[in-house]
Amino acid sequence: MLHISTLHYLVLGAALFLLGVIGVLTRRNVVIVLMSIELILNAVNLNLVAFSRYWQGIHGPTALHGQVFAIFVITDAAAEAAVGLGILIAFFRNKETVNIDEVNLLKW
Amino acid sequence: MLFLDYIWLIPLLPAVGATLMFFFGRKLQKSTVSAVCVGAVVLAFIMACGAVLQYTNWAAAHDHQPYEKVLYTWLGTDTGHMIYVKSDGSTAPFQADAGFLLDPLSSIWLLFVTGVGMLIHIYSIGYMAHEGGYYRFFGYLNLFMFSMLTLILANNYVLMFVGWEGVGLCSYLLIGFYFQRKSASDAANKAFIVNRIGDAGFILGMFFIAWIFGSLRFSEITSLARAGHFSPETLGYITAATLLLFVGACGKSAQLPLYVWLPDAMEGPTPVSALIHAATMVTAGVYMVARSNALFVLAPKSMLVVAIVGALTAIFAASIGLVQNDIKRVLAYSTVSQLGYMFLALGVGAFAAGVFHVFTHAFFKALLFLGAGSVIHAMSGEQDMCNMGNLSEKIPVTFRTMFVATLAIAGIPGLAGFFSKDEILWQAWKYSPYLWAIGFITALMTAFYMFRLIYLTFWSPSRVASHEVEHHIHESPKSMTVPLVILAFFSITAGYLGVSPSLGGSNRFEKFLEPVFANKIDAGEAAPATEEGPRGTEYFLMLLSVAAAGAGWFMASRAYGNAGKGYVEPIAAAAPPVYDTLLNKYYVDEGYDYVFTGRRKLGDIRLGVMGLGEASSWFDANVIDGAVNAAGWITRLTATISSWWDKWIIDGVGVNGPAILARMLSYPARLFEWGLVQWYALVMTVGLVAFVFYYLYH
Repeated sequence: MLHISTLHYLVLGAALFLLGVIGVLTRRNVVIVLMSIELILNAVNLNLVAFSRYWQGIHGPTALHGQVFAIFVITDAAAEAAVGLGILIAFFRNKETVNIDEVNLLKW
Repeated sequence: MLFLDYIWLIPLLPAVGATLMFFFGRKLQKSTVSAVCVGAVVLAFIMACGAVLQYTNWAAAHDHQPYEKVLYTWLGTDTGHMIYVKSDGSTAPFQADAGFLLDPLSSIWLLFVTGVGMLIHIYSIGYMAHEGGYYRFFGYLNLFMFSMLTLILANNYVLMFVGWEGVGLCSYLLIGFYFQRKSASDAANKAFIVNRIGDAGFILGMFFIAWIFGSLRFSEITSLARAGHFSPETLGYITAATLLLFVGACGKSAQLPLYVWLPDAMEGPTPVSALIHAATMVTAGVYMVARSNALFVLAPKSMLVVAIVGALTAIFAASIGLVQNDIKRVLAYSTVSQLGYMFLALGVGAFAAGVFHVFTHAFFKALLFLGAGSVIHAMSGEQDMCNMGNLSEKIPVTFRTMFVATLAIAGIPGLAGFFSKDEILWQAWKYSPYLWAIGFITALMTAFYMFRLIYLTFWSPSRVASHEVEHHIHESPKSMTVPLVILAFFSITAGYLGVSPSLGGSNRFEKFLEPVFANKIDAGEAAPATEEGPRGTEYFLMLLSVAAAGAGWFMASRAYGNAGKGYVEPIAAAAPPVYDTLLNKYYVDEGYDYVFTGRRKLGDIRLGVMGLGEASSWFDANVIDGAVNAAGWITRLTATISSWWDKWIIDGVGVNGPAILARMLSYPARLFEWGLVQWYALVMTVGLVAFVFYYLYH
């Protein structure tokens, strides 16, 4: 029986993170970009939970800081999605597009 | 004590008349106007007689104190809210009462002002019968009587000043009575303006007195002045105060150099000339100086000034009178000259003699003017004596009364003028023979020009221009001749009130006035003069002045006895330049025009005060304003430079310079901001990866 160690989580987290970054950098649709950002955040959450579990093994079952932090990140993600989609809708009303390469107003 | 208690009614009665004329006069009949206005003055005269009679009784029981009746506090308050600092540093409340003062001095003025005033009012009924503005004339006359009586009866300088200004106003109104005539309104303005100069002096003198004595009441000031011992400094102030008062007197009483208005004042109707400009108003200055005698005695320098001004005015005006052809102007200059006599008397300390001359002069000069008015009336308005002559039989009453007045003013013994004038000359001799000499020559001139008037008007062959006028010559109505006769009576008898001891009289006039002029210094000096010693001189001088009067008459008869048409003035024949100078009144008016009024120019340049004003104006407009403008121009120039500096150097280099530099430097930096979010993310990622690799494989 294969023992699932912390390393496995980290590899999975890294894979998810990489997937999210590639999504952010490559996709034109802003909705997809936002979804990719969710992937990145959740990759980080996975890391936090994994390390929390690792620290429980050393310090006992009360070492829950990582998990608590993960909950904060989930909340943050929700807020970020709300704000991001709000801006997107406002943008769409003006430009009638959701393509990120057309969101280039903020420049010199 | 009825009349004394109600003494305030005396000025009030004419005031009521004037008020009625002011509001209702236009609608009233001439007879009603005469009844109201003349009635008011007649009543005032009766009340004045009553008051003076009662006063003499009252004074005998009260140690010859002046009688004062204060109605109410007019200016200032009893509670002392209006307090000022006196010359010695202490404080005094400012207060002036509506108060009336009756003493021998004001009694005399009261009697002759109301008396002569009454006669002239009656005379005016006849004189003004055919004139327009009848009610206006009588309203002004009544207003004048009110003002003059206020002046006389006031018990303080401030109330006196009210009357003083009031008579000035009435004088102005009456000189300008024929205001449609430019010359009349000009003369009125002249009188008013020249009087303002004097009034300024009066006001300042009044301030000085209040400042020195802390009071403006005559009785208080007199007792303070007589009781006090003054420091030289205070005596200096008193000298200043008296000199300023004398400036006021000069204006009102037509003394040098402010006499110029009086001859021109003859533009008014003749009764006005008689009442205001001969008998009453012009003696207000004498009254004021006599009223302030306690102060003048403390200031010998002022007295000397008064005496010299009086003497010079006397001879100056008399010499002009020698050649004037307008019958009223001769009398006007005669008035100025006689006023000069009065001031000469005041100046040499003979206050009673001066007042006596005022008293006698009031009768014979009023008579002369009224007679002249009667002549003019008879001659249908002709005033030039060159066009008269041989009137003595056509207007006998006028002639006889005027002849009496001429004898009186010339100083023929037995008539009023002789006693008063001789008293003045005698007192002047005691003070200084030089002043006597001036007065003596003046007396000679007076006799000459007065008899010249008589000869040219009444005796010489007729030079009347047209037959129409000749036929129209008629004696004046009763209302005019009766006052003449009454005045003639007084011109003869008034002098006997003050016959000097040397002529066997007791000089009751002077005795009556003694309480008013009872100055310590005066008494000390006067005592030796009454001794028997110099009586010989007095008789000799008296003889001389009688001789002068006779000589004047003789010369006039030689010169004008047979003056037919185109007669030649003896002075003009002997010395034409002198004659021209005299005829043109020494060119004083022209001089004043050059120096003061600026009506005449020398080329394009004004001289004197107006010239100074013009020069100052030019200086102000060009130099002062030029400097101001230059300052402004320089300020603007600096501002322009400063603004340029600010705009281009401070703003351009200092402020905008770094900004431009920052902008230039920003161009390469700005290229990094090209707006595509994904590129930023890519760069970030690459950078991050690069850092990680750098740290891992460092």
